[in-house]
Amino acid sequence: MKNGITNVIVAGLGGQGVLKCSDILSAAIFHAGWNIKKAEVHGMSQRGGSVACDIRFSKDAEVLSPMVPAGQADYLLVLSEDQIDNNLHHLRKDGLLLKPDRIDADKLENARCLNVALLGVLSKEFEIGDKIWHDAIRSQLPENLHDVNIAAFEYGRKN
Amino acid sequence: MSGIKRKLLSGNEAVALSAADCGVRMGVGYPGTPSTEILEEFSKLGGRAQWSPNEKVALEVGVGAAFAGARTMVTMKHVGLNVAADPLFTAAYTGVDGALVIIVADDPGMASSQNEQDSRRYAVAAGVPMLEPADSQEAYDFFQLAVQLSEQFGTAVLFRITTRICHSKTIFTTGERVAPADAKKFVRDVQKRVMIPAYARMAHHKLRARLAEIEAWGEAADCNQIFHSTDKGQTLLGIIASGISAVHAREAASQADILKLGMTYPLPIEKIKKFAKNYDRVLVIEEGDPYLADAIQAAGVEVEGKPEMYRFGELNVTRVQKILAGDVGEEPAPPRGKPPQLCVGCPHRKVFETLRDLECIVSGDIGCYTLGVLPPFSAMDTCVCMGASIGVGLGLRHTLAEEDARRVVSVIGDSTFMHSGITGLVEMVYNRPATGHVVLILDNGTTAMTGLQEHPGTGRKLDYSPAHQICVEDLVKSLGIDDVHVIDVVKDTEGFQELLKKCLANDEPSVIIARRPCILALKKQKALQQGKEACQ
Repeated sequence: MKNGITNVIVAGLGGQGVLKCSDILSAAIFHAGWNIKKAEVHGMSQRGGSVACDIRFSKDAEVLSPMVPAGQADYLLVLSEDQIDNNLHHLRKDGLLLKPDRIDADKLENARCLNVALLGVLSKEFEIGDKIWHDAIRSQLPENLHDVNIAAFEYGRKN
Repeated sequence: MSGIKRKLLSGNEAVALSAADCGVRMGVGYPGTPSTEILEEFSKLGGRAQWSPNEKVALEVGVGAAFAGARTMVTMKHVGLNVAADPLFTAAYTGVDGALVIIVADDPGMASSQNEQDSRRYAVAAGVPMLEPADSQEAYDFFQLAVQLSEQFGTAVLFRITTRICHSKTIFTTGERVAPADAKKFVRDVQKRVMIPAYARMAHHKLRARLAEIEAWGEAADCNQIFHSTDKGQTLLGIIASGISAVHAREAASQADILKLGMTYPLPIEKIKKFAKNYDRVLVIEEGDPYLADAIQAAGVEVEGKPEMYRFGELNVTRVQKILAGDVGEEPAPPRGKPPQLCVGCPHRKVFETLRDLECIVSGDIGCYTLGVLPPFSAMDTCVCMGASIGVGLGLRHTLAEEDARRVVSVIGDSTFMHSGITGLVEMVYNRPATGHVVLILDNGTTAMTGLQEHPGTGRKLDYSPAHQICVEDLVKSLGIDDVHVIDVVKDTEGFQELLKKCLANDEPSVIIARRPCILALKKQKALQQGKEACQ
């Protein structure tokens, strides 16, 4: 953490829910009343290619650029094993890497919830209560996906 | 009803909300990353939003709406402004009666574009003021400022945003909502709105006088703002910047005072001169062309521009730090990620496999199918701009030796065809190549690449309500093209190969419509039918 700002990068492949995962994280931080900015890229990259999303936040400091400066990510959450090598340069020394192998996919009701399960693991790093996380999940997903995603999140959070 | 609210939204969403809150009567545009979500959001907020076949038509509809006195916005990506340039330059002369805000979304670094042109040049060339927000708060506030400027000075206003404004979510607060004003009675004013040379000569003088007034307004405007250094002691460094570059600069250089320009045309030159006098070193930080640096230097102010290498790609905090340090060393290339690719099950796949196997010379176009250039297909030879597949294909046919000419195929998607492919077909029947030609229209029933938008060939409007559906084959036949075929290439790949061979061998102008819905569009339509938001 530099200047009181936490830098997170969520990376993976188009279609894995990189944007959704980062939207839930952003919503939770926003509802906690903290300062936050989030940057993402749409379009061409979403056609199955590499996708990455930057989230920067702080309880009290002003967040300026929405993009994580080179090599300054405190947390790197990667949804696909083959996307680790090309994203590792984002992570600062002593930063925390969260890989898909942190989650036992067999324990998930739906394997597509890997993004939210990994977010559950990451959630332990921040002082944000369960209710805010659950509300954030509900605010970003259609109703029929609430329960399965909250279950996946809780699995990650207790992992 | 809405009241003031704190929100976390993207710049695109903030613009849409601002438009809804200030009573914009009409939003028109053509989808293009990174601008697309503005009209979609505006529609969801209850605004009247519609997709036009292309940006030129969209701007013309916008000009008409503004002539009628309505608050109007037109949206497009940077290359769309090239298409809309013709009405832009003369609408600058006529001015408007209501408000006309033209939103142009640039894509420095080309996340999803064919070039990284800098739209600020258009403001100068056309003589239209330009505002540039730096985050969602400013996207919200400056949009309403643009409406105000447009009404106060009777001018169209260019509203330039970039990828990192459009698609970055930042916190902002909204104002109160006002309802759109009622329609005004039309008042004839031919000297103002009919640009025959006699009236246009007068209008040009008026335009220059108007710009001088706007420049004077800009000298005192709050949107051109100074952020003072947060460091202790004397500040020796001044930075001039706009948009997202100003935000990066504030983070990269706490030792500097920063003049952040919210209006980048006309420039508040007196304010800039006054600012620049205070520092040992004044640096201009900007993405893309050295537009600000050139203009400020030309006005006789001593400022330093960025080294040429920073013209390419986006800026970020790290690159701004390097510019400040005068670092022109080679930048490490980021590790290559996985390139995008056509979806598994995409109907375009079989088409490009066939084009590859038949060793066609493929004149390509803009859309998902541009990915046909990459392995395993490697079946595209040119891609320039929307609609160019047909014209470029015809040029190749006219001048290549016969053996090569017979291999040329133009490949264009359905939305791109509606956008600017129709005139290409007119050219094909008018200036017919000796070997004929083959145009392949990949009709997947959506504007797929930008996120599955509707168009005049889908039978649905922007808000998915029913619309007249243009039948591509009827349109093609109406031009006098007799050799027209419709085929589902996934169902009948062999039949397609035989058909393509036959069309390449004859001397006719042929059109093959490869029709099969985009698999993503099918999912979305199913979700819509179930009355749910598509989950992406």
